[in-house]
Amino acid sequence: MKFTLKVWRQKNAQEQGSFVTYEVFGISEDMSFLEMLDVLNEDLTLKGEEPVAFAHDCREGICGTCGLFINGRAHGPLTGTTTCQLHIRHFKDGETITIEPWRAKAFPVIKDLVVDRSAFDRILQAGGFVSVNVGSAPEANGILVPKKNADEAFDTAACIGCGACVAACKNASAILFVSAKVSHLSLLPQGKPERRTRVLNMVKTMDEEGFGNCTNTGACEVECPKGITLASIARLRREYCKAKIKG
Amino acid sequence: MQNAEKKCAVKKCAMEKSSVTEKVFMSLTGLFLCLFLVVHLGGNLLLFKQDGGAAFNAYSHFMETSWIIRVIEIFLLLFFLTHIFMAIKLTIKNKQARPVSYAVNKASENSSWFSRNMEITGGVIFIFLCVHLYNFMFSQRFFHHYPSMYAAVRTVFQNPWYVLFYVICLSWVGFHLIHGVQSSFQSLGLRHPIFTPWIKKLGVLFAALIFLGFLSLPVYFFFSRTSRRNVQSAISHQLKIENGFKRGASQ
Ligand code: HEM
Ligand code: SF4
Ligand code: FES
Repeated sequence: MKFTLKVWRQKNAQEQGSFVTYEVFGISEDMSFLEMLDVLNEDLTLKGEEPVAFAHDCREGICGTCGLFINGRAHGPLTGTTTCQLHIRHFKDGETITIEPWRAKAFPVIKDLVVDRSAFDRILQAGGFVSVNVGSAPEANGILVPKKNADEAFDTAACIGCGACVAACKNASAILFVSAKVSHLSLLPQGKPERRTRVLNMVKTMDEEGFGNCTNTGACEVECPKGITLASIARLRREYCKAKIKG
Repeated sequence: MQNAEKKCAVKKCAMEKSSVTEKVFMSLTGLFLCLFLVVHLGGNLLLFKQDGGAAFNAYSHFMETSWIIRVIEIFLLLFFLTHIFMAIKLTIKNKQARPVSYAVNKASENSSWFSRNMEITGGVIFIFLCVHLYNFMFSQRFFHHYPSMYAAVRTVFQNPWYVLFYVICLSWVGFHLIHGVQSSFQSLGLRHPIFTPWIKKLGVLFAALIFLGFLSLPVYFFFSRTSRRNVQSAISHQLKIENGFKRGASQ
């Protein structure tokens, strides 16, 4: 298969970027989207040009590094998938594909398609932790967790911090990500000691990092590769109000 | 000591406003405005009573003179201002959060047009609100341009441009509410696997009823205008009823 790629190229954070058009040939429909970019980069290297910088790590949909905005959608046209798990068979032969980095003030472009997502790390540092006793490991079944809580905590713990929610949101709001973290820690007994300060501090940091404010459009839950839903955001709002009222 | 400091930090945090509390305010003010629309529509439907406007004028007289209504009006104004202030703040912050926009963005594949354009539908409501207040509240209540509120309604809705303007603006009120009603529940953290789908459906129904309910008035008065010989006779007829009503009230 062959494609015309319109790729965002930007030397570094300071300089202005622009789209550059490339043609790629001989792409197998079984390749992943990232493998197609690998082919493009091999071509560019052979020609002595600078390869396109894009972030990736696990290539199996679990690390959340590979965020790309493909043809107007976060992680491409499919739902519930990361870019590394998106396959070429979902595109039409000869199609023009536009590839952009995540666009958000809180996610500045470092180079080409790579953005700096350390704003997420700072939100996690503000409250995404639990206190544990050091020393010998505690008995695994010592703390009982109701099945329903365990399930919900697990579902929200599936968030891989990819940032697709921010990328897809018209307001570049990070609330789906933050709500996933708040949910999964607050639902478990291990997360109880920091329950109130966690939600207050994480929301405060989220606001300070320059993310927008949620207007409940629901774009994030459609684009989230891990199926985090608006129910998680509603839980964050309840947790937040409870923490505020109880002080 | 450290504990006390920690408590202090939490207390300080509790006083601060955040994106989450702002949405709580938007939601509560929005819901109050919805309640206002219901009451407003209820009163307006008195215009349909075939008594030459007596019931509606009595209602509007009560609204103009009652001190309870004055107090409620102050709250209404406050809620409107809060809603609009928060809306402007939110819109500016959200525009700043994405300084470079996407070259290709298929937002319609992940969200509804209504949910993405609340600032625009809200903005239209704001313009409508100004014109609407000028048409009735200022013209009639403060400056008494017409013999009665009923006459004001009849006269304004003889103008086809006003009727068209009202029809268009009212549909945008509906658009605002299609997303607004369900959104306000989500903003309060009220979400439930069984109730939320119903809230969404009832929100759309509410938006439709508000639209059709208010729409009925300008349309009715516009199309019934030809049934009277002319405005003058209508107004003099109106005046007689008015005087009769006032005499009746003073007895
Ligand atoms: C009768 C008048 C109005 C009613 C009944 C109304 C109702 C609502 C409701 C129920 C919401 C959802 C609140 C939430 O999600 O938390 C909302 C949101 C909003 N409104 Fe209004 N509103 C009115 C007027 C206005 C005006 C005049 C403006 C703008 C100047 C405006 C701008 C907005 C914006 C920007 C939002 C935020 C969208 C969101 O967060 O979902 N509204 N409104
Ligand atoms: S909530 Fe979903 S879209 Fe957002 S960072 Fe987590 S996995 Fe990615
Ligand atoms: S590279 Fe790890 S999720 Fe795609």
